[in-house]
Amino acid sequence: MIEIDNVSKWYGDFNVLKHCTTSVTKGEVVVVCGPSGSGKSTLIKTVNGLEEFQEGDIRVDGTALKDKSTNLPKLRSRVGMVFQHFELFPHLKITENLCLGQMKVLGRDRETAMKKATALLERVGLEAHAHKFPGQLSGGQQQRVAIARALCMDPIVMLFDEPTSALDPEMVNEVLDVMVELAREGMTMMVVTHEMGFARKVANRVIFMDRGEIVEDATKDDFFGKPRSERAQQFLSKILTH
Amino acid sequence: MFSDFDFGVIQRSLPYLIKEGLTFTLTLTALSTIGGVILGTLIAMARLSSYRVLQVAGAGYVNFLRSLPLVLVIFWFYFLMPYILQWVTGASSPVPVGAFASALITFTIFEAAYFSEIMRAGIQSIPRGQPAAAAALGMNYWQSMWYIILPQAFRNMLPVILTQTIILFQDTSLVYVVSLPDFLGAASKVAQRDGRLVEMYIFAAIVYFIISFFASWLVKRLQARIAIIR
Ligand SMILES: Nc1ncnc2c1ncn2[C@@H]1O[C@H](COP(=O)(O)OP(=O)(O)OP(=O)(O)O)[C@@H](O)[C@H]1O
Ligand SMILES: [Mg+2]
Repeated sequence: MIEIDNVSKWYGDFNVLKHCTTSVTKGEVVVVCGPSGSGKSTLIKTVNGLEEFQEGDIRVDGTALKDKSTNLPKLRSRVGMVFQHFELFPHLKITENLCLGQMKVLGRDRETAMKKATALLERVGLEAHAHKFPGQLSGGQQQRVAIARALCMDPIVMLFDEPTSALDPEMVNEVLDVMVELAREGMTMMVVTHEMGFARKVANRVIFMDRGEIVEDATKDDFFGKPRSERAQQFLSKILTH
Repeated sequence: MFSDFDFGVIQRSLPYLIKEGLTFTLTLTALSTIGGVILGTLIAMARLSSYRVLQVAGAGYVNFLRSLPLVLVIFWFYFLMPYILQWVTGASSPVPVGAFASALITFTIFEAAYFSEIMRAGIQSIPRGQPAAAAALGMNYWQSMWYIILPQAFRNMLPVILTQTIILFQDTSLVYVVSLPDFLGAASKVAQRDGRLVEMYIFAAIVYFIISFFASWLVKRLQARIAIIR
């Protein structure tokens, strides 16, 4: 589904991504973790072309990002993305947040879009808030709406960039629950997160990044059981002790 | 000292002042605000684009017009426009342009420079995550601008835009230098005709003051109401 092939990226002289290679197959849930500044967000944003990269290539469902003829907006419409800070459109009501992409990008009529929006709002338990503005919802609710908005586009894969790290602790679980359910339904997911409980529950594989490199790319059991690299061991012991 | 004054001149000329003068002024203000905001937004987008040529052209436009006195631009346009149109259309003689059209084009072009600075600040005030979220949904540049960025930028900047409109309203009085029939022009025509200069100019000043003052008050009230809930 996603093939990341020897991708390198620089910000000026700064080498953010160094020869990153990995892949995500259909139905797989891959968790990406690593210390702050290691390039996790950058890596996940290269997958739908929100960040450019200088070397290597990425293929999403067979479409190569570096291919000049690739229609990036079209590809992005098939890849759902959830951001750390939700990024709902604050000037639009929840229903409009959910319908806009469907109508303007996928060309659905309002009725079809609305049906889908209502169904997905119900699914994340927020149908009662359909006519509010994003600013009237709590962080956890906003992030659930953001997930519903992405799902409205019928994505073939979902990307999450630290979806719970901007939330108050008591709201983390309501968002993780939605994600766990999604994973169990077979959605292909690439998730940057430090929630190791989530990783243990539903991840197939865990990728550990440090200083722009993929240091460890292992099945969940291998990663938590016997991480090979010292850096991953250190990271795990730090993150699991508190 | 007001014993010599004849304020009756105001009452007698009021229908003319309002029907001709004030209508001209207010229509000119409204239409050139709309035109200026649209053109200004396009210039702001050019300056914020990733194309070097557009950036330079946009910056050049703004800096050039902001360094010219408005009166000069009004003069130029009024006298040159017929020749420019002759050149553009290839007509055999200068194409006459109506007084209103000439003023409207002048103010739109001039004010666009100021509105573009306002809209540029507005666009830059939108968090970077917003265009990213729009792009992630598959929107192209124009969709992201039209549905996501510009509505928010416009709303954030509306008080500033309206304040600039009040300045524009006052600036439109400058068209009287080319004898266009705006409010001040109409007032001064009556003043000359009836020899009532002081009365008419006091009255004109009061009208400009009241309208500007009331508009500023409205802007302040509006400010609180339109803020986007965050
Ligand atoms: N636009 C940019 N220009 C220059 N450097 C950048 C830019 N964006 C990110 N970086 C740098 O690239 C590195 C990787 O950033 P990235 O956001 O991918 O890290 P991350 O692993 O997601 O970290 P975090 O856990 O803090 O979110 C960081 O050192 C950051 O400072
Ligand atoms: Mg990050």
